[in-house]
Amino acid sequence: MPTNWRKLALPALALTFLLAGCANSSLPQDALDPEGPFARKVHNLAMPVFGIAGIVFVIVEGLIVYSVIRFRRRSDDESPLQVHGNAKAELAWTIAPALTLALVGIFTVGTIIQLDRVPKGADVLKVNVTGHQWWWEYEYPGKQVVTANELHIPTGVDVALTLRSKDVIHSFWPPKLAGKIDVIPNRENHMTINADKPGTYYGQCAEFCGISHANMRVRVVAHEPAEFAAWVKSNAAGPATPDAADTEAVAGQALFRAKGCASCHAVKGFAAGAVGPDLTHLRQREVFAGAIFDLNEKNLRRWLRNPPGEKPGSIMPNLNLTEEEITSLIAYLDTLK
Amino acid sequence: MTTVLEPTITAPVPSGDTGLLRRPTHPKGVWSWITTVDHKRIGILYGCTAFFFFLVGGFEALLIRVQLAKPNGTVLSAEVYNQVFTMHGTTMIFLVVMPMSAAFFNYLVPLQIGARDVAFPRLNAFSYWLFLFGGIFLYSSFLLGGAPDGGWFGYAPNTSITFSPGHNIDFWVFGLQLLGIASTAGAVNLIVTMLNMRAPGMTLMRMPVFTWMTLVSSFLILFAMPIITVALFLLMFDRNFGSNFFNPAAGGDPVLWQHLFWLFGHPEVYILILPSMGMVSEILPVFARKPLFGYPVIVFSGIAIGFMGWGVWVHHMFSVGLGPVAVSAFSVSTMFIAVPTGVKIFNWVATIWRGSLRFTTPMLFALGFIGMFTIGGLSGVTHSVSPHDRQQTDTYYVVAHFHYVLFGGALFGIMGGIYYWWPKVFGYLLNERLGKINFWTWLIGFNMTFAPMHILGLRGMPRRIYTYDDSLGLAALNMLATVGSFVIAFSTLVFIYNVWFSTKKQRIPAGDDPWDARTLEWATSSPPPDYNFPETPVAHGVDAFWHQKYTEDDEGRLIRIDGSAPGASPADLLIRGRSSAALAERDGDDTPGNGNGSGDRSAGDDHGSAGDGHGHGAVPTAHELGIHMPSPSYYPVLAAFSLPIISYGMLYGRSSGSHYAVAVFGAVTLFASLYAWGMEPSAEPEDPEEHHSTSGHDDVPVLVGGGQAALEAGNGSATGNGAPDPAGEGASASAGAADTSEVVPPAVATDAGTPSTADAGTPSTADAGTPSTADDMATPATDEAPTPAADEGGEAEAAPPAGDEDTGPSGSSTDDKGA
Amino acid sequence: MSVTTDIAAAPATPAVHADGHGHVTNTGLSNEKLAMWAFLGSECLLFGALISTYFLYRGKSVSGPTPKDIYDIPYTSVSSFVLLMSSLTMVLALAAIQRGDHRRLRVWLVATALLGASFIAGQVYEFTSFIREGLTIKTNLFGSSFFVLTGFHGVHVTLGIVMLLSLWNLSLRGKLPQEKSEVVEIAGLYWHFVDVVWIVIFTVIYLIPS
Repeated sequence: MPTNWRKLALPALALTFLLAGCANSSLPQDALDPEGPFARKVHNLAMPVFGIAGIVFVIVEGLIVYSVIRFRRRSDDESPLQVHGNAKAELAWTIAPALTLALVGIFTVGTIIQLDRVPKGADVLKVNVTGHQWWWEYEYPGKQVVTANELHIPTGVDVALTLRSKDVIHSFWPPKLAGKIDVIPNRENHMTINADKPGTYYGQCAEFCGISHANMRVRVVAHEPAEFAAWVKSNAAGPATPDAADTEAVAGQALFRAKGCASCHAVKGFAAGAVGPDLTHLRQREVFAGAIFDLNEKNLRRWLRNPPGEKPGSIMPNLNLTEEEITSLIAYLDTLK
Repeated sequence: MTTVLEPTITAPVPSGDTGLLRRPTHPKGVWSWITTVDHKRIGILYGCTAFFFFLVGGFEALLIRVQLAKPNGTVLSAEVYNQVFTMHGTTMIFLVVMPMSAAFFNYLVPLQIGARDVAFPRLNAFSYWLFLFGGIFLYSSFLLGGAPDGGWFGYAPNTSITFSPGHNIDFWVFGLQLLGIASTAGAVNLIVTMLNMRAPGMTLMRMPVFTWMTLVSSFLILFAMPIITVALFLLMFDRNFGSNFFNPAAGGDPVLWQHLFWLFGHPEVYILILPSMGMVSEILPVFARKPLFGYPVIVFSGIAIGFMGWGVWVHHMFSVGLGPVAVSAFSVSTMFIAVPTGVKIFNWVATIWRGSLRFTTPMLFALGFIGMFTIGGLSGVTHSVSPHDRQQTDTYYVVAHFHYVLFGGALFGIMGGIYYWWPKVFGYLLNERLGKINFWTWLIGFNMTFAPMHILGLRGMPRRIYTYDDSLGLAALNMLATVGSFVIAFSTLVFIYNVWFSTKKQRIPAGDDPWDARTLEWATSSPPPDYNFPETPVAHGVDAFWHQKYTEDDEGRLIRIDGSAPGASPADLLIRGRSSAALAERDGDDTPGNGNGSGDRSAGDDHGSAGDGHGHGAVPTAHELGIHMPSPSYYPVLAAFSLPIISYGMLYGRSSGSHYAVAVFGAVTLFASLYAWGMEPSAEPEDPEEHHSTSGHDDVPVLVGGGQAALEAGNGSATGNGAPDPAGEGASASAGAADTSEVVPPAVATDAGTPSTADAGTPSTADAGTPSTADDMATPATDEAPTPAADEGGEAEAAPPAGDEDTGPSGSSTDDKGA
Repeated sequence: MSVTTDIAAAPATPAVHADGHGHVTNTGLSNEKLAMWAFLGSECLLFGALISTYFLYRGKSVSGPTPKDIYDIPYTSVSSFVLLMSSLTMVLALAAIQRGDHRRLRVWLVATALLGASFIAGQVYEFTSFIREGLTIKTNLFGSSFFVLTGFHGVHVTLGIVMLLSLWNLSLRGKLPQEKSEVVEIAGLYWHFVDVVWIVIFTVIYLIPS
């Protein structure tokens, strides 16, 4: 059927696109490009399985295409042999896949057991991760550090995450470091990550968790260990109180309490709200609001005008702030370094 | 039957004490469809409704694709997007694939097993109407404050009243319960039909594969639906009455919801795919002109899938953190469910291997099914590697996987089924040229849409997100997928155009057996009369109808019973004839083919009347044949209608207790209609002048048509032997005789040679049954194993061409004894 | 629920063909009886899921009252015994119609219905006393799972009573001849099922210590 070949042009085009999609250099949330030992272990387990699947795919589709070409009816009088079955053949193609899968099964179970170990030891960093609608909170037990949206870790160190949820089910997924684990109310889950080299690793919540599910991003920032120690140190301390000369910031700090910000947000030494993200060292972060916005004056201003307008369902309400109030608040937030 | 047109439903006329409303008797028009209990009409209703919902769900899919075509899409708000993807999934599963399968179940199963109708025709109507009303109920949410937005999986506690205070989720909770009731009722009905109402000789291991897969699927529905019903029930109590099942604050465990949901949800996947596997197993042999390779293996692997499908649900929950033991066990079980699936694929390939393949549209779709479903199966195997599934799950890789299973699998099969059985259902063929355009655009659009999603998922695109950032680098593939979705939309339009064109512009009458097919539904006229078969057919092997036409020589070559070589199927001739002889042939209407010894009784007299779907032309009516068919009824539709009323009452009762009164009103209506239903006989007695055959039994309903009764009679005798499942082997001859004794009273005496008389319907049945006992004893027929006599090939020669109903039964009787 | 429609249909829809010729299908079971078995199979999963839920939530309540605080096991044992006895009377009712003894049929049908009604009355009393003691469906996980599971069973018993009384009414009007004894048998299947389920529920929620 020559006409069909012409119609194959489109799939061929599609295939080109697909290959293009594959060939792209690494993407930010690329599960095919592991950058840590735990993700790599899983990757190395799966790739041979994809290979086997590919071979089976070629065999089956090849047989179909061959049959379609070779056995098409050329004359109406054809009378093919009436084969009703063949026990041996059927047994063969029952046992062969079963054996292959048994082999895959052995390796799979091995990896499951390995991954289940929660690392222990003095060099392991522990972090408590809490999922909120729609942002992540990271607490470093024993280190007096609480932050949001950005998980800072040292490179080359096993980081044991303990994950809990404050509201609905979320799923923590930094693809280059590990496969996802759900974060479920009334349950405690564990995940171990380890990053090869410094840099920012991207991810996002992978379990549908309500209206802004798409806006709940994960960022893991890996530092050289020394740099990480410095980060911990600066984050453990409270922020400096605004300089009295900076009247705008002082006014902002007053507004922070007057407008009720303090009842939801914590600022070490000043406010202890526990609903929204801890803002103690806000200006050390690059992003805010579920890591969907770059942290800069322009974005903060837009955000403070109407949070639910910027991020659907945002639990932070529109406080109907005036532009002047916003300016003052931003001046105050700028001091949270 | 009396013809009373349009009695008003609002002014009930008491008829004795049997009901609230006068029995509907509309032969035509809307009311005849509303009150119908005919499995074929109900099948058509299911099909049309499901297709409508397919368009709706498809429109939702397009909205999703448009939103995601580019990063940071703004076509839909987050709120609307969540409603749209929830309704897309819910619609496609519960309102499209399941009811579309139900359309085929309803239409085909009684025909394939040689029955006159399903076991409970009114319950069948009830299932359909409840499905329709349930669908309308779900969609009414768009007008009443917003559609469900918790995903089709509705994970707790996101669906709790704390996080979803609106009525959105309530519509989902009640809507799915309604649909669950409809499906369960349908499953019970079909199971009983298949287990109890098979024609003489139709043992379980001679049932067409489609019927087999329907049976497995129905059992899955029967056992899976109650589980989601419980889950929804608990959620309803949480939302309406403040219970704590999924309330973490009170210790409730959201994971319980997931277990219940997926314990339903995974069998559900097989509920969706098995019917299509059955259809493909019917289509391939016909167009390969070769029997299905390894019929028993295909059947048993289907059963194996049905069983194993209950042991893999946790693979939907690999990221929940259930511990290494559970995850390992379910990884392994998930791998092994691939084995029976793979066996099926290899057996299908072996079926076309060295066949004589004819690429009609149904065949193309069936081949497309194998190719695409294989991809879905293979990506499924990669999920079973659970450590890596934690990378895959909740990403577009999974979206790609299940669309390859449910679209590449289920919908390809269903499209093939539509093209294949269309001529049987409506009496004319769909246009082949348009059909091929339909197929190729469907295939290309499908792959363009869903193949990129594999890569999208693995490279970082999670599911259920209304927006994504350009920095993810996924824009090009998303755009490709969106373009592909419009190709599918175009393909759907081609299909609709094809239906219109083939119906209105170029109607090619199909004849009874346009494809040179193998199963019993092709032995009756197209469309079949309301009683399906003038006399109950007798099955002598797998592919019962094929063996009336063909046999094999010693080397396994195909030989036509009439001695001629196998030739082009009638449809082939028609399709090719269209270009040359054009429409003349259409008007001539003398469909070729049926002269090939297929023994079609009504050949030539059925085509003219294809118009209304129920031949009133030369095909004799049930009445003329003395076949007593179930009568239409108002109560199924009334009972089905009362359930959404209850649901609305319950739903709004949450906001204001007084609305529960509406639910009470609905419940009263429900009980009244059920009571009246119970009091109403399934079939009305015949007119007074006909009463001699049923006199003395006026108030005693006839459950099913006469043929069924005959079947019962025939098998009843076998039961007398103590055979646990007579399945009618040996009883074939006697049942055939008994059959006619009921169906055509005057013929009884001559046929069965028993001294029964026409008016002594009751004793004659019994009489006709008795001699068959002797037959049974003489026949070394065992339960499941086909008797040698009826097995294959050579014996089929002796099988009666169905046309000779006089000699047929006696002929096969001889066979049975000789065996 | 839906399938009960055919239970409702059963009284006027004899299990067999007009000639009263019984058990004449491929399986030897009438369509109605087979449908009832299929329906009961479905019901097993329904109760199975509810019982599992109760089982999983045993001892998981974060606040009282707990089962120990409020169960009155002797009282419930008596009402369970009453329900079990109703299975016996159901058997007697079936035996009566099979003998053609319509008077006894009606006696035993009413007896079965009354025993079932006593059970329900007992359950209503139990519920109200629990509520008085501060356990409602909202109180804790125990309250939620207890009331939903036992209430769901109670609704099944109630439907069974309606069914039995309908049969009794039919028989009074002479519409339940001996040939249609299978209708009683099918209703009996349902009734016995509901009883057996109660044994499981009773064991799981009252007897097995948590």
